[in-house]
Amino acid sequence: METLISTFISKYNYWGYIILMMIGLYAMMVKNNLVKKIIGMNIFQTAIILFYISIGAKKGASIPIITHAFNAAPVSIHPAGYINPLPHVLMLTAIVVAVATLGVALAVIVIIYQRYETLELDEILKIRKETG
Amino acid sequence: MKLIGLISVILCGGLLFFGVTDFPGWGDPASPASTHVSPYYIQNTLADTSVPNIVTAVLADYRGYDTLGETTVIFTAAIACFFLLRFTRRLEPKERFYRHVPTGITLRISHGGKLPVESEAFERIDSLWSPHDVIIKTTCRLVVPFIQLFALYVIAHGHYSPGGGFQGGVILGAAMILYALSYDLRSALLRMSEKIGAIFCATGVFIYAGTGALCLLSGLNFLDYSALATVFGGDPVAARSHGIFAVEIGVGMTVMAAMIWIYYNLSSAGKHDEGL
Amino acid sequence: MAQQLPILLVVAPLMAAFLVPIVGWWNKRLCYPLAVAALAAPLVCTLGILKQVMAGGGFSYHLGGWSPPWGIEYALDYLNSFVLVIISIVSFIVTIYSKESVRSELPDKITPFYTLLLLMVTGLLGMTVSGDAFNVFVFLEISSLSCYGLIAIGSDGAPFATFRYIIMGTIGASFYLLGVGYLYLVTGTLNMADLARLLPQLYASRVVLTAGIFLLVGIGIKMALFPLHAWLPGAYTYAPSTVSAMVAPLYTKVAAYLLIRIMFTVFQPAFFIEVIPATTLLSWLAAIAMLVGSIYAIAQSDLKRMLSYSVVAQIGYIALGIGLANRLGLSGALLHILNEAFTKGCVFLVAGAIVFKLKSCRLENFNNLYRKMPFTMSAFTIGTFSMIGIPPTSGFFSKLYLLLGSVAAGNWIFVAVLLVSTLLNVVYFFRVIQLASFEKPMPDYARITPYETVAMDEVPLSMQIPIQLMAAGILLSGIFSSRILSAVIVHIIPKSFTP
Repeated sequence: METLISTFISKYNYWGYIILMMIGLYAMMVKNNLVKKIIGMNIFQTAIILFYISIGAKKGASIPIITHAFNAAPVSIHPAGYINPLPHVLMLTAIVVAVATLGVALAVIVIIYQRYETLELDEILKIRKETG
Repeated sequence: MKLIGLISVILCGGLLFFGVTDFPGWGDPASPASTHVSPYYIQNTLADTSVPNIVTAVLADYRGYDTLGETTVIFTAAIACFFLLRFTRRLEPKERFYRHVPTGITLRISHGGKLPVESEAFERIDSLWSPHDVIIKTTCRLVVPFIQLFALYVIAHGHYSPGGGFQGGVILGAAMILYALSYDLRSALLRMSEKIGAIFCATGVFIYAGTGALCLLSGLNFLDYSALATVFGGDPVAARSHGIFAVEIGVGMTVMAAMIWIYYNLSSAGKHDEGL
Repeated sequence: MAQQLPILLVVAPLMAAFLVPIVGWWNKRLCYPLAVAALAAPLVCTLGILKQVMAGGGFSYHLGGWSPPWGIEYALDYLNSFVLVIISIVSFIVTIYSKESVRSELPDKITPFYTLLLLMVTGLLGMTVSGDAFNVFVFLEISSLSCYGLIAIGSDGAPFATFRYIIMGTIGASFYLLGVGYLYLVTGTLNMADLARLLPQLYASRVVLTAGIFLLVGIGIKMALFPLHAWLPGAYTYAPSTVSAMVAPLYTKVAAYLLIRIMFTVFQPAFFIEVIPATTLLSWLAAIAMLVGSIYAIAQSDLKRMLSYSVVAQIGYIALGIGLANRLGLSGALLHILNEAFTKGCVFLVAGAIVFKLKSCRLENFNNLYRKMPFTMSAFTIGTFSMIGIPPTSGFFSKLYLLLGSVAAGNWIFVAVLLVSTLLNVVYFFRVIQLASFEKPMPDYARITPYETVAMDEVPLSMQIPIQLMAAGILLSGIFSSRILSAVIVHIIPKSFTP
């Protein structure tokens, strides 16, 4: 029990990302309005970004920029003094991918609205069934 | 659908919670992620590339190919929005309504009639878009050049402070979008037309791939910036630093143009007549 | 030059994709030759790579000059080169076909169409050739985004089908990213060879277990494995003809390649057979997919929709071969990837030709089609025979190996399912041939009036040649299948597999 509480408290970042991700997944699957599904998709992808950034954290470390005065030798570079740069690099890519997918999804929603005059899933399915 | 959604969310969440119990501690400097590959980056970036910002060095040099892919992704999104939405045929409305401001008379001009000259005295009242306030217009007009200057600083200073091509490009794009929001889409289109945006978009990512191809032509592998030392002279470490800068410029151009282009297409649903 | 081949095959279509908007704005008619020339380069490069791999074994290419795991690595081996050759041949042939088809369906959007098409092929090639797990994700997203754009422009129900595809595809790609993140958490590296070295000690960890499950589900969504296939029929039916013909043979098969890569190279086969019984689950889902796909296909009255359900069924075949996890089964799956590329390419190109001439694909309009378009329909007949599995087409050999693999695994239910689904394939394909051969739905025995003469009204040559090339590819890959097996496929099977 003691270890369970201590793991729960020490890894709260990871619990947070799981809850965010499940909120996003639920919104994507269940919501009726297409824009709400897109918002759920965005929450889902953001939760994964949070997970990756949490991997890179280090206790007591500073940002991954090596401080040195101009033309002076840099201060000693010890890996424990800087956080892990690789997840940040990967997540720059993932953020851009999320934005790009959001752009294309919104363009598709604009076309759907122009065609069906509504953005509710059940109404669109009804219109499609009526027009064959 | 709600039931399927609930069940899959519970299953998925349960599986994830199950996985978390075995994670290494959060923030542990001895975790595998912090001890296997990344110490090399932290210790050797300054010696290999003379760039203090480790994230920029990894992004544009060690894993530069991923960044090329990422720039291609944003270019793809811009082209896809253009492909899906752009509507080039003009839909002329049947009649237009103008108001003569000094006297308050409303004019109705049918299709084919002579339209009044563009001046302050005649105001169009049939479009859905309403012009913005003088305060908003003036404030944004004062602020936009400083935003653009800051964005150029972010791109250029990506070597020494948090920043780089993506971040600066987004700020540049945001500056233009602010101008389009505070004035109207037509004024923004006058300043930066769609054609210029498309050319910038393609040129930026072409600069990135072109730098890599230049390294290829010099005999080394793709995106190996030390090949630039043989082409332009100088030592490989400085060549890497300059190579990173060159690709950051390319990335900034593409991201700026892509953001503006996507905004033009999305906000006007492809017609490019009135924005938000 | 020879060692730069792996990067040239991705850089050539990529740079052409950036040139096409600029060139196209200046003169629209230059887009098509530029696209064809840009896709001829990967064809040459992949054949060169295959020759190099067959001569000297696998080799790797370090991007940026950094050795792995600090830089990105391209790892070429038999599996890679095999799938790369397939992608480059099929994409080249379909791009030749695209000229007339795009001009009739999307006359005012030619420039962005070719840009997106080139970007999609770049994404597929980059996904296949990469040896770095995160790089695969980036190129997966390139191909997905261009695919969404290309499909959404189609007719009728295309935007709605694309929306569903976007939602499901994003879930799939994000699950893949999550799986890679979990693997990174416990090993610290993203390179596939490095992961393969570090993971075996960690198989007991729950994190690796979760990672394996998420990777499988994510790739399963992209592969359209039952029950995650809901996006596929709508997306492939309403897309423009060239897009269907490009995406259907390639996209899900590259996802299948990624599945083989993850299951058998990054993780040892023993992990997915013993630790989590994924191969058993995969083979049962595949069996259900084969039956469900074929049954749904029988009920359709639109040719492209029928073919889309057939794709779902054929993915079931490939997944069955992977799930059997023995020498014969995996050979069958790999041969079936080759077979599917040519067969689906052929039948979707024929469907595009029919749409070009008849403006619709509904089966009730198909009467007298064999007389109007004899060459096209004869290629369709060859494609049909391959789908059913009649020698000497390649379909026969891949199904034979899948049957032998099921027998070797001792699983007679799969043998029965394979035979039943073949019979179901016969039902719906022969129905199309019957409808297209005769003047009226049923042959008329009590003929009073003479047969009406029907003029031959074939599609233009730029569409006809690719269709015949695909049909020739089906026959050639069937006739030479034993050569392909002994030269290439036998080296792909992991050593630990028993026949």
